[in-house]
Amino acid sequence: MSGNQLEVSMYRYNPEQDKFPYMKKYKIDKPARDIMVLDLLHLLKEEDESISYRRSCREGVCGSDGMNINGKNGLACITPISSVLKKDKIELRPLPGLPVIRDLVVDMTEFYAQYEKIKPFLQNNTTAPEQERLQSPEDRDKLDGLYECILCACCSTSCPSFWWNPDKFVGPAALLQAYRFIADSRDLETVERLDELSDPFSVYRCHGIMNCVSVCPKGLNPNKAIGEIKSMLLKSKKNIITSDGTN
Amino acid sequence: MSNSILTNDIKTIEFDALIVGGGGSGMRASLELAKSGLKTAVVSKVFPTRSHTVSAQGGITCAIASADPNDDWRWHMYDTVKGADFIGDQDAIEYLCSEGPKAVFELEHMGLPFSRFENGRIYQRPFGGQSKDFGKGGQAARTCAAADRTGHALLHTLYQNNVKEGTNFLNEWFAVDIVKNSKDEVTGVIAFSIESGEVAYLKAQATVMATGGAGRIYASTTNALINTGDGLAMALRAGFPAQDMEMWQFHPTGIYGAGSLVTEGCRGEGGYLINKDGERFMERYAPNVKDLAGRDVVARSMVLEILEGRGCGENGDHIFLKLDHLGADVLNSKLPGICELSRTFAHVDPIYEPIPVVPTCHYMMGGTPTNVNGQAFKRTNGNDSIISGLFAAGEAACVSVHGANRLGGNSLLDLVVFGRATGMHIQEELKSGGGVESSSKDDINSSLERLNKLNESTSGHDTASVKRELQECMQNYFGVFRRGDFMEKGLNELSEIREKVNNLHLKDKSSAFNTSRVEAIELQNLFEVAEATAISAFERNESRGAHARDDFPDRDDENWLCHSFYDPVDKKVSKREVNFAPTKVDAFPPIVRTY
Repeated sequence: MSGNQLEVSMYRYNPEQDKFPYMKKYKIDKPARDIMVLDLLHLLKEEDESISYRRSCREGVCGSDGMNINGKNGLACITPISSVLKKDKIELRPLPGLPVIRDLVVDMTEFYAQYEKIKPFLQNNTTAPEQERLQSPEDRDKLDGLYECILCACCSTSCPSFWWNPDKFVGPAALLQAYRFIADSRDLETVERLDELSDPFSVYRCHGIMNCVSVCPKGLNPNKAIGEIKSMLLKSKKNIITSDGTN
Repeated sequence: MSNSILTNDIKTIEFDALIVGGGGSGMRASLELAKSGLKTAVVSKVFPTRSHTVSAQGGITCAIASADPNDDWRWHMYDTVKGADFIGDQDAIEYLCSEGPKAVFELEHMGLPFSRFENGRIYQRPFGGQSKDFGKGGQAARTCAAADRTGHALLHTLYQNNVKEGTNFLNEWFAVDIVKNSKDEVTGVIAFSIESGEVAYLKAQATVMATGGAGRIYASTTNALINTGDGLAMALRAGFPAQDMEMWQFHPTGIYGAGSLVTEGCRGEGGYLINKDGERFMERYAPNVKDLAGRDVVARSMVLEILEGRGCGENGDHIFLKLDHLGADVLNSKLPGICELSRTFAHVDPIYEPIPVVPTCHYMMGGTPTNVNGQAFKRTNGNDSIISGLFAAGEAACVSVHGANRLGGNSLLDLVVFGRATGMHIQEELKSGGGVESSSKDDINSSLERLNKLNESTSGHDTASVKRELQECMQNYFGVFRRGDFMEKGLNELSEIREKVNNLHLKDKSSAFNTSRVEAIELQNLFEVAEATAISAFERNESRGAHARDDFPDRDDENWLCHSFYDPVDKKVSKREVNFAPTKVDAFPPIVRTY
């Protein structure tokens, strides 16, 4: 290959035309400056308008353009090509483990279903005050590293446990959000939330592989949140046994 | 989507209320309606948390009296009226500022993770154009914040609460055109599922355009790629008017080269702008409040510095935003998102180096004219007359609380206050027997025309290149500073672009997740908004707020203390009076606007 060109190998699949997905190679002149993978996709789409991918904010906050870039999940819009190029080649695939709708677009229904399952909303049935509910800065700090999740699915779709049981294992993204509400001093349903996660699959299928931590484009740590949930589950179990007087 | 011509036998899906757009205003309206028992759906071209509200950073401005227990919504109202350069409607601004605290406390009760003061109350920071005691008491700190990710926190909280209430979402459905009946009432939209290509008539008694802004009419913008003014363009194509379209806010601090927003909260926390000599030049332009003057004032000052040869960088074409003196602790706790963005897009770490910034298109003050209930209206014999069935809220609407220049933090407040008000009004109207008559098959057919034409195109122009042409035209002739002769040139270019936009060639006719089809229609939408902008800007012969004319440098209250009212049918601009009749306070009369 000439030294002035990049080779982009892209997963292509159009359900109306293709019986099977295939990898298509594109050659493109090396951009004069370092650009993001999303910019590269825009350039390719100008050449071949049939290429399909999701995008919105183009600055890493909306979570639309999660994809698998040279084997690692990430957001196309904040991944500079210089950071992923291998011998002037880039391979782009859809997020693994979810059904492909077309090209780089995956069906996220199962991912969203897990999110809804953890009841991702504040639960507090006490009468709300006229003003805000008070929360100390220290209690608010406990939400840092949790609430910033953008639901891009990079973590859950890099997790082998989620690949195997996407219907039963809640997955790192939704578990991070489960803990976001457990950790919120304003939420009063901690016991119930833990109870709903206490089956063998929801949390316990996490085996600490840590792919979620290594791919999160926002630098969040779902594994730590899962650890907190597990240890709370353990403690609550002990407490129940103790209060029953059976231990 | 089949390639044969679509006709009125397409599927009809019927709702009481239909909300087009899943951002802040749409989901605040839907939340209100979901609780009411009316059959409601949100149709959104992206999964709701991908909407542009997510990019809002600094906060939501509201007199909740946390930072200052004596704060007063009337002071916020004064600031907003002055910031708007006196063409904001004072009845609407009064509603915004006085209802605001209720709407913000509701968000907190829903779970929004606001930052906090030591006493546990919501953290508030200073933003531009804020004052105490009607401009006489110095700088106020009125912007409620969740670090510098307030939009993200707000949008996710609203989505979460819609999940809780069981709202219907038609996600990744794209609305194409309004359907209206012979009485000019709006009865829903034609839309298609992006995933499958299936086309349907979404029929409703009330249709709310909550489709956000259209910053993508400019080449350089802080706006998401999806901000293409779809709702406003649909309304314009249906023959409904737009108001104050010349008023576009250029945010002082977009990252140079990338366009990403750097929140005004940076200056609120103590950051400031410097030119190539290291001079804090805002001291010259706004001696009292310096870097916290109105956004229009700061943006123009920056452009003047650059034009006069004091810009930074090799080409002297940008300005530096200095933050390093704030220290790593403040930056990491109060502005973590900004640190992340500037490392990614400007390759600088603001803890050590200034961020290169440049005024960048940010916000559309104009839009579909509405009253405080979200009801859209047109003009009949010089009077406002309600368009039955059509509502608008948020950036897509012009209610008008921002007038000629929006204050920072007022957009998020606008979303929740008027999203909520629209939801409440629709509930009341539909439960008391209001609604619209059905559209005929011919009515439905005519709303399918545009989609059919695109689907049948065998030759014509290419979307990406026409879009670039449009964006460059708007950037060159309708930017921060405007001039009659330049704008005339721009208008001529636009009429050539109109031809191309009407004749796009969609090469890929496939059904499943065909983003080229979406982008072609989005370009047509951008064009409608751009044309309304250009014609309105050419007509307003004065400088006011964000609209700065070299050839008419002064504000002209005698002739232009009014809204511009654009009629898309004859492409003419008329004047509409500004409301100076708030009910709880005396009106604020126009004064010279200095900071």
